[in-house]
Amino acid sequence: MSLLGDRQQLAYIAAQAADARVNVELETEGMTLNIGPQHPATHGTLRIIARLDGEQVLWADPSCGYMHRGYEKLTEVRSYPQVTALVNRIDWLGSFANEVPFILAAEKLMGVEAPSRAQHIRTILFELSRIANVTLFLGDLGVQLGAVTPVFFAFRDREYVLNLIEGATGGRFHPNFDRIGGLKDDLPAGFIDETRNVMKKLRGFCDQIEDLLFGNEIFQSRTRGIGVIPKDVALQYGLSGANLRASGVDWDLRRDQKLPLAYDKVDFKVITHPDGDSFARCWVRLQEVRESTRIVDQLLDTIPAGPIMAKVPKIIKVPEGEAWVSTENPLGEMGYYVVSQGDMGPFRVKIRSASFNNISITPWLLKGVYVPDIITILASLYFILGDIDR
Amino acid sequence: MNLATLLSADLPYWAQSLLRVLGGLVAVLLPAGTIVYLFLFKMMSFMQSRLGPMEAGPQGSMQLFAEVGKWLQKEDIYPARADKFIFKLAPLIVLASTFLLVVVVPFGPDALFTNFETGVFYSLAVSSVSVLGILIAGWSSANKYSLLGGLRAAGQLIAYELPMVLAVVGVVIQAGTMNLQQIVVAQNAGSMFGFSSLGNPYVITQFVGFIVFMIAVQAELTQTPFDMPIAESELVSGYMTEYSGFRFLIFFIGEFATAGVFSMIASILFLGGWAVPFSWFGWTTIDSIDNWMNIVGPLILFTKMIVVVFFIMWIRFSYPRFREDQLQKFAWKVLIPVSLANIMVTAILKVAF
Repeated sequence: MSLLGDRQQLAYIAAQAADARVNVELETEGMTLNIGPQHPATHGTLRIIARLDGEQVLWADPSCGYMHRGYEKLTEVRSYPQVTALVNRIDWLGSFANEVPFILAAEKLMGVEAPSRAQHIRTILFELSRIANVTLFLGDLGVQLGAVTPVFFAFRDREYVLNLIEGATGGRFHPNFDRIGGLKDDLPAGFIDETRNVMKKLRGFCDQIEDLLFGNEIFQSRTRGIGVIPKDVALQYGLSGANLRASGVDWDLRRDQKLPLAYDKVDFKVITHPDGDSFARCWVRLQEVRESTRIVDQLLDTIPAGPIMAKVPKIIKVPEGEAWVSTENPLGEMGYYVVSQGDMGPFRVKIRSASFNNISITPWLLKGVYVPDIITILASLYFILGDIDR
Repeated sequence: MNLATLLSADLPYWAQSLLRVLGGLVAVLLPAGTIVYLFLFKMMSFMQSRLGPMEAGPQGSMQLFAEVGKWLQKEDIYPARADKFIFKLAPLIVLASTFLLVVVVPFGPDALFTNFETGVFYSLAVSSVSVLGILIAGWSSANKYSLLGGLRAAGQLIAYELPMVLAVVGVVIQAGTMNLQQIVVAQNAGSMFGFSSLGNPYVITQFVGFIVFMIAVQAELTQTPFDMPIAESELVSGYMTEYSGFRFLIFFIGEFATAGVFSMIASILFLGGWAVPFSWFGWTTIDSIDNWMNIVGPLILFTKMIVVVFFIMWIRFSYPRFREDQLQKFAWKVLIPVSLANIMVTAILKVAF
């Protein structure tokens, strides 16, 4: 009897032990996923090393430099007018905007100011490059989230803007049009009417994207509350541009800074959003395209007559000194710190590009999100590889 | 002489089998090719304000042959660490599932491969065989993206199998049979409140079931908004990432052929299948149907299939995709309760009337 009792007891204990083993949660191992440098979501060659637990990100680390072209160093062996051809390639979707702060810095060192017509045209082209840039962002956003159609609308309507830029400057992507003291050429005939038409089309495009994407429930559920950046964190990481404004910081260098550009002559709103999530960032950019079209329309109305070039010597030598100029570029704050020693070319140039700082928040931001959200967050932060790696 | 006697009596067994195999190939490949050209090439281009392929043949209609030729010429690559046998097997399993599915589809009164008593049950069962192919494709590729895609596909297809089955239960209750041919007859011989000139297509009475079924089909076919297993912007191409050449082609054909076959099943279950309402020609039962329906029936079914695929593709080209957890929530918290409620209501009404 006791034997039977023991057996029963043993069986019971064994069953208990087996039960306990089964009920213990299985130990799982994380997986390191290399997103990039060749990956459709990284707009080029950004590499994100992500440690995953299932589909959840434990930590993520962006690794850049795969496309470093050494522009800061290259500027040291170029003359000032040659540098614009280089910096065009930093943010390649809004090329003209890259030239402006550098030329302004050089002008500041030389004590030259462009005539007011040149300032106006600069501002128009600046805003056109912003529109061309952000338009493509709005289409690309759809692709990143799985909607294939908006990107074609974006390419179609960006083409109108690129045609305008080509008409004015001769270059679609790399205008190389800004000169110290003014511009290379005046505007071509018919530019103003054509621009008005295109701005109307672009506003239509914004409505279309708003209907197609922003009103879509799936889009909203994919972006709302994803990748929230609080105000103080955004400031600590040095975000700029729409990423900062989407966190509720009312900060726009076009308005807050006195530069020889025509922004003080136009009336425009600085768009902010209190949420700080991916949806807010996308929404702010959409509204900014609308604001930009309004700015261009106003500038076209008030464009003054006059020369487009100030009096500058044929061979440009910039006096000794140091200057820092930054502007509100499509991607955020872009600035050049130019050190001159009185030569034909700069002694040293430090380029502050927006995407490099914007992307620095990703380790903080990607912690704990799911794999699809990595893509949403990267898309909404909106970086351009050339702007990160320079 | 009708087609059934032609197939059974006058021909030797090998010729019958050959005819059936050829018929199966046509029934799978013809819809697939049509869908790819009509929707993937032309409708997508129209929606995206571009022309699409225009060079090969008139309006680019021969483009598909060019694409197939291109794929056949490509090198057959497999990753060094892949499980080669399984890796090569996976696309075949996916395509086999499609061929198994088309076997029960009735194309006309006599134009069918098999007349299964439990056709609905069988078709729902074999449709999930493709999950195996996708899962082992993801697993054997030795690629992390493929693995994620394969696991996502497995989770998704299991989640959406259930609402699909439950949505069909409503139809089965209403028709009182699981035979797909009988379901077609029941719809076209039936009447709505004594008004028989439209028959009784179940899309009207089973509207909720139809919507749930179509959503589940969308997920089953991994079309956007449910295309996370492929998720081009996240997982590169999911379980298909490592496939190239002919094997990719098989996956590609499988995707669109399955879209065609599922749309055929949807039109059989809900839109009246191959038949026209019997009252138009004074037919009463399936035996009294004229022989020419064996030729016209497949065309009617094909037309209905194109309409259904149009909706699938329309959604595919305009929507962004869900996230994996949202998709699971949607399946378990919305679709399954809705389809269960649909079964309840259908059963009560069936007993009441």
